Amino acid sequence: MGILEAVLLTIATAATPLLIAAMGELVTERSGVLNLGVEGMMIMGAVTGFAVASSTGSAWLGMAAAIIAGMAFSLLFGFLTLTLVTNQVATGLALTLLGLGFSGMLGEGFVGRPGVKLGNIDIPVLSDLPVVGKLVFGQDPIFYISILLTAGVAWFLFYSRAGLTLRSVGDSHRSAHALGIKVIRIRYLAVMFGGACSGLAGAHLSLVYVPQWVEGMTAGRGWIALALVVFASWRPWRVLAGAYLFGAVSIGQLHAQALGFGIPSQLLSSLPYLATIVVLVLISRNRRLTVMNTPASLGQPFVPDR
Amino acid sequence: MNTTSEQRKNLLNVRGLTKVFGTLVACDHVDLAIGHGEIHALLGENGAGKSTLVKMLFGSLEPADGTIEWNGDIVSISTPAEARHLGIGMVFQHFSLFEALTAAENIALSLDTQTPITTIAEKAREVSQAYGLPLDPYSLVGDLSVGERQRIEIIRCLLQEPQLIILDEPTSVLTPQEADKLFETLERLRDEGKSILYISHRLEEVKRMCDNATVLRHGKVVGHCDPRRETASSLANMMVGSEVGKVVRPASPMSDAAEPVLEIRALSRPPDGPFSVPLRDIWMTVHGGEVLGIAGVAGNGQGELFEAISGEVTQRAAGEVRIRGTDAGLLGISKRRLLGAAFVPEERLGHGAAPELRLTENLLLARHRTDQASYVAAGGVIRRDALTKATKRIVDIMDVRKSAEDPEASALSGGNLQKFIIGRELDRSPRVMVVNQPTWGVDAGAAARIRQALIDLARSGSAVLVISQDLDELFEVCDAISVMHNGHLSQPMPIAEATFEKIGLLMGGAEGAEVSHAAGAS
Repeated sequence: MGILEAVLLTIATAATPLLIAAMGELVTERSGVLNLGVEGMMIMGAVTGFAVASSTGSAWLGMAAAIIAGMAFSLLFGFLTLTLVTNQVATGLALTLLGLGFSGMLGEGFVGRPGVKLGNIDIPVLSDLPVVGKLVFGQDPIFYISILLTAGVAWFLFYSRAGLTLRSVGDSHRSAHALGIKVIRIRYLAVMFGGACSGLAGAHLSLVYVPQWVEGMTAGRGWIALALVVFASWRPWRVLAGAYLFGAVSIGQLHAQALGFGIPSQLLSSLPYLATIVVLVLISRNRRLTVMNTPASLGQPFVPDR
Repeated sequence: MNTTSEQRKNLLNVRGLTKVFGTLVACDHVDLAIGHGEIHALLGENGAGKSTLVKMLFGSLEPADGTIEWNGDIVSISTPAEARHLGIGMVFQHFSLFEALTAAENIALSLDTQTPITTIAEKAREVSQAYGLPLDPYSLVGDLSVGERQRIEIIRCLLQEPQLIILDEPTSVLTPQEADKLFETLERLRDEGKSILYISHRLEEVKRMCDNATVLRHGKVVGHCDPRRETASSLANMMVGSEVGKVVRPASPMSDAAEPVLEIRALSRPPDGPFSVPLRDIWMTVHGGEVLGIAGVAGNGQGELFEAISGEVTQRAAGEVRIRGTDAGLLGISKRRLLGAAFVPEERLGHGAAPELRLTENLLLARHRTDQASYVAAGGVIRRDALTKATKRIVDIMDVRKSAEDPEASALSGGNLQKFIIGRELDRSPRVMVVNQPTWGVDAGAAARIRQALIDLARSGSAVLVISQDLDELFEVCDAISVMHNGHLSQPMPIAEATFEKIGLLMGGAEGAEVSHAAGAS
């Protein structure tokens, strides 16, 4: 395995959890709900995934449990913001704080325990191709899911009837309600999809990235996923571009630090954030497209009048 | 016996329909009967319960009591989908369209089938051609004019092949010419045997087109009549329940010697966003003693012009806006107010008044700079007594009806809040008054009072600028009318020369020369 191949592989591993969490949040936000609890749902997925995997010995069971945990946590958010109509921003922040604390408590007994790694799936012959072989055809299952997820969400949003309904709810919940579209039900589904994705992204951290449990191991990735969605103007393929760019620069700056270029390490550490913001701002320069893609009712509470 | 057989033949029979919101009875045992191939008018002032009634017919609201009989069968309509399934279609007053989607996508959302979008676009194109309603199915709604948006709603409704079409105040956003086209379409639909429930408070068009009318007042039916046998004023009296006061406009003392009080010179402004209109080289002069009106279909730059004049958006050059001879283009709202100007924006709650604050507090917010001496004592302490007194004065003069001594702004009805906001500005005796949509959604009695107050202010020597989409209103209060179209402002037309037809042509985008020519030829 060459150096380049190894670097590319680490980039994909760094980008995958961001991509999955951001894709879930994209769908949630397209329905008009702003869930700032991504970080909390992710870490709940990470701890649950690790706990189940290490207790049962099956990483696959761990992954399923992580998805369910993320979804359950998002359901709590949905119940508060959609049924009880609490403030979405405050509730999302609370969800993150709750997730960080609760996961620490749940995971106390698992700190330092050996983890179970989700094995790579090697596609025969293709994975032996030079440079891209391992990168594209010899990855962990969650990597494949993340790419399929992006394509699936892009197709769903812009080519399916259900996706059209989802976008309409995000654009104007009043109009959607007047047409008889079940706004609250669609938002619940979108929120749960976002939760499932966040849980899966968490599982990637504790089952693939570093197969162990460390308190607070999401380390702000949920927030980066949230930012990616906005900077990518709520468009799936741009989210993918942003996630990989972020992954690339964060890995690149580590190598640069190791080589010792004489640039302050603090500046290098901040590079991924700077680069992602600059590039995504540049590609969303077209204000018209941005406004067209921004869910107009994002974050607004909706109470149907009956 | 005769009536029962007649009722059996009706498409729709509504009996005793009731809806209660908290303590307010929005609809109180309403009866309504619509026959096949009939255009039925539903008349009433704002808040009379018209919208509530049709929302119950369309399944968006649940009635508390009463029955709906459709083609002789008692039905319960609990969702809009069920209403559509029965054959009831609706064109909403505040359009239920999605700006970020295309026309075809908007139409697809209201069809229950899984028809592919291309088929829908094709069908929409066919219907639009058949009924003379030109529309490109792939255009984005956000880019369309209000008239075009309404076409989408109508085509969307027609694609469902309804037997009853409900139109909620359809002409309030159209030019007279666009409205004429709409009437042709409606008459054609009637000839095809479809029934139409037509909601409006414009009596002339009801008289012209409708076969029957039901009049609502305070949620109750106060009468059924044949509008063609009534006069506009007899219908108005039925709606209001008393005689509507007439607005008096004394001859304008305008002379060339009158000083220009408000001047706009070569005002241009780039668009603010994809759905905003640029202002293109606007020139305007309003003299003391004069009311100038600005007509135009919604979304042609009136809002942007108001923001520019009020100082919510400042100009690039100081000379683009002059108030009482001072270059004010770079000044903010408070500084412009200090020059003697007053502004009443279109949106009452959240723009004209802070909804959660009391009337006295709203008064202070608007006037703490211009009347600092009266309302703020040394050290920035608020003088509550002065505020209470001033609020009471305004409430008395404008006849604001309120439920509490000093209620929150949002507790007032739209009309009463508007009277308060206008009164708040008039109380300063401003030398320049700029009002956007002074009586939108205000009932006839309150509207007459507001209009009279604006005329009286002008006649006392101030300059008044009225931006409105209501032509009747402009003809009632203005000495001259200019038209905004696509960010351009036309030359003012003296009221003596202006006709609905001429103004309507300008609203549709015709040039000044064409209009005088067309009017000369006719």
